[in-house]
Amino acid sequence: MKQIKGVNDFVVKFANVNGTGSASANHLFAKAIFRMGIPVSPRNIFPSNIQGLPTWYEVRVSKNGYLGRRGGVDMMVCVNPQSMEKDIASVEPGGYFLYDNTKPLAPHLKRDDITFFGIPLTEMCMREFETPRLQQLLKNVVYVGAMAALLNLKFSILKDLLNDQFKGKEKLISSNVQALEMGYQYATENYNCPLPIRLEMGGNAAPHILESEHILMNGNTAAALGAIYGGATVAAWYPITPSTSVVDAFAKYAQRMRIDPGSGKKNFAIVQAEDELAAIGMVVGAGWNGARAFTATSGPGLSLMSEFLGLAYFAELPAVLINVQRSGPSTGMPTRSQQSDVLAAAYASHGDTKQVLLFPATPRECFDMTVQAFDLTEQLQTPVILMSDLDLGMNDWMSPPLEWDDDRCMDRGKVLDADGLDKAEKWGRYLDVDGDGICYRTLPGTHPDKGAFFTRGSSKNEMAVYSESGDDYVQNVDRLLRKFDTAKSYVPKPKTHPPIEVKKPKTELKLGALFFGTSASPSYEAVEMLAAEGYPIDTMRIRAFPFHASIDAFIHSHDLVFVIEQNRDGQMRRLIINECEIPPGKLMPVLNYSGTPITARNIAGKIRETLKTKSADVVPLHPETA
Amino acid sequence: MSYIKPKFRHPNLPINALGNTVADYDGAISTLCAGCGHDSISAAIRNACFKSSVPPHRIAKVSGIGCSSKMPTYFLGKSHGFNSVHGRMPSVATGASLANRGLTYIGVSGDGDTASIGMGQFIHLIRRNVNMTYIVANNGCYGLTKGQDSATADLGSVNKQGAANPFDGIDLASLALLQGASFVARSFSGDKDQLEPLIRAAMAHKGFAFIDVVSPCVTFNNHAGSTKSYSQTRDHLDMMPLDFVPMREEIRTSYDAGTTQGITLHDGSVIHLHKASSEYQADDRAAALHAVQSAHDAGRILTGLLYLDPDTQDLNQSLNLATRPLNELGKDELCPGSRVLDSINEGLR
Repeated sequence: MKQIKGVNDFVVKFANVNGTGSASANHLFAKAIFRMGIPVSPRNIFPSNIQGLPTWYEVRVSKNGYLGRRGGVDMMVCVNPQSMEKDIASVEPGGYFLYDNTKPLAPHLKRDDITFFGIPLTEMCMREFETPRLQQLLKNVVYVGAMAALLNLKFSILKDLLNDQFKGKEKLISSNVQALEMGYQYATENYNCPLPIRLEMGGNAAPHILESEHILMNGNTAAALGAIYGGATVAAWYPITPSTSVVDAFAKYAQRMRIDPGSGKKNFAIVQAEDELAAIGMVVGAGWNGARAFTATSGPGLSLMSEFLGLAYFAELPAVLINVQRSGPSTGMPTRSQQSDVLAAAYASHGDTKQVLLFPATPRECFDMTVQAFDLTEQLQTPVILMSDLDLGMNDWMSPPLEWDDDRCMDRGKVLDADGLDKAEKWGRYLDVDGDGICYRTLPGTHPDKGAFFTRGSSKNEMAVYSESGDDYVQNVDRLLRKFDTAKSYVPKPKTHPPIEVKKPKTELKLGALFFGTSASPSYEAVEMLAAEGYPIDTMRIRAFPFHASIDAFIHSHDLVFVIEQNRDGQMRRLIINECEIPPGKLMPVLNYSGTPITARNIAGKIRETLKTKSADVVPLHPETA
Repeated sequence: MSYIKPKFRHPNLPINALGNTVADYDGAISTLCAGCGHDSISAAIRNACFKSSVPPHRIAKVSGIGCSSKMPTYFLGKSHGFNSVHGRMPSVATGASLANRGLTYIGVSGDGDTASIGMGQFIHLIRRNVNMTYIVANNGCYGLTKGQDSATADLGSVNKQGAANPFDGIDLASLALLQGASFVARSFSGDKDQLEPLIRAAMAHKGFAFIDVVSPCVTFNNHAGSTKSYSQTRDHLDMMPLDFVPMREEIRTSYDAGTTQGITLHDGSVIHLHKASSEYQADDRAAALHAVQSAHDAGRILTGLLYLDPDTQDLNQSLNLATRPLNELGKDELCPGSRVLDSINEGLR
């Protein structure tokens, strides 16, 4: 049998029952690889359930530094009989399968093109550990020990990590280390270790990842830190997967960093609201009153918040919303990742509305963009929505470290204080004095005689006086468009990379790819795969809506542009068609909406397919226009 | 409605402790129907703020949607106001209060805005004890959409189309009592002698103060058969008058000890309550609930200060918020700086 080979380049997947403590053992495995200095990207694929349903944890090891999903599984560690049949079937030919052989494997499940490793996990733990709880929990640690031997994972790092994790709980450390050693020893004694797929320190092809001292963190924690550093003082929210950990992390850090040293009182307020309607209402109320405020939510919450988002758009109030996207409504797939709120967020609410969206692709960007969101929302006096997703928010990603410039100050935008009001010749809340569509606002309580006004939705004139005049309405909403145009120069610009050189290209067409957020990593990988096959593709990563002019230009300078995203309807593609002056036929959707993050193989496969069927229909750009 | 607001003021208008006249508490001219009860409430709010010498710009007005929620335009023109989303004023008020605990918040809502679409937020506002005055202009019907029954319309009350309401009305004062509101009152828009001191007491109270004001709709709910018409309300009132004596002011009047109860508020102001009976105790939640329900069963409307607990913790206290308003905090208080971030990075390696 031909076995899969590879140093620092493979995919391992763990199949567990959820609620059995597997997540922390699997995390231990991934973190140890990270500590070895080898690029790794772990992903938790879990059910909406507390205990008993199948759950998976996929660990991609990539010497090239690809952090997206590749697709396929080289080695499966299966301790869940419920999913075993499918798990065995999902292993690549030549791959490996580790299982608990306390009960023998049913003969019909055997495959002769993969290598099986049986380890009597249950039996070993029943023998060595006393309580049922420990017997269950440590089973996971035993297989991590075995994996250390099979994959050449540095044992001392595992021990260090356990010491960190259980600091002060010596008993737990010793039983965990014992479990690790049991697994390690069993594997060494019974199998040829290490396997042809293995880990080796050094020798990576991705020095950029190692040189910048990467950290391993999830996007939700990074966004929460962004809210701390961005100066948020009010957080109002309603629990919803997968955004809950944003506010959990904010609470944790605020408790540490935001207690007034003199009084012991809090320089922050967190309110768990009765629903998302109230959560966004509190944020809008706090923003109206001059505090930096945010909420975190996901799909259904975004829908509920839409009414207030519209009011905040028209009333021109700041609000930061961290939207951690997941699959569609109700129960079913709340723990699965998608990028399917793009249109709902971009045009959130009734009436003519457009919302400012930011699309982070790494935890570092979750941090930076959340910080920036608090400036943007006050500069632009409109809500700003951070469009993260479950994959980015809840999974650990290798990321450049978070950085902070101590000279950086909060930009509170155009707010007049008492002095400013006294000096202003003529002040009207909605007077566009500067011509950029952004007017000067005032906060309640500022001045005894000046600057008071009544905040309303649509019906007002420039002086903030109630008006139902069509002219006033048109003037106002046209100014809001002008403001949205101004926003283009405020929001993060798209990122491009130097094109990959292809010596003998197999196509004359100028190809481009647009993507955003968690679709970026696997897209870059797919583009490299296709370049190696002779198809050069230029890339542009969208980072914000409204779209920067360079996105338009990018599309115009290519014959065919693939828009890679994780939803059924090609929502980003549609948003581009709506907002840019381009022929829609130029934009080819590349989609994945299964709920599990898009893979590089999936993207490359779809682009290949399109090139086969569509190339003939496309007329290359005239060289002068290209 | 009128469409010109007279600018003329008597040259010798009384002034308050701030040197303001009542005109300094005026708002824009009302666009509500002539005779609308809501205009009387607006006037009562204006007078209460004047008499209590609250600086107008230190008041923030919040409302939802409906006839009632238009009201904040018609008083306190020097205060900021926010006409928000239908039924969602409580959340806006909560956020505003968290952002700046230094202002006085007056929320104005209606029976549709509070008892129907806003019921959830209303209950949770009480639960959190947000420091504000919350006035419901309660007329039992939807005015702006032309007279549909609201959730506070009484069972059997006849609407404009002649149909008797088949459902029990929601009694907001009882609900507020049950949910633990620290200040619960009911009044009638036509009784300014009672309403004004109630509003002053509500503003002086530190915590959530609720005033349910029966405020007849002259256009859609003022006919025979309606239980919330002017005449029907007047004929069925059981009024408990009260006096509000602000801090630092001498108490001059003497009261009959049997039916008068004095309650001192957190800021030192005193309320003298003239009770319906000597048994009634305004600091006994269960007794207040019983009295409200008994009056209702007898077809009467009990008005006055129904319940008050002057020593509660408002939301800012429950959350142990800094004394300085959160909206005044700057970079030094809020941003932990690069060294802290470096140590966080270190912990993630």
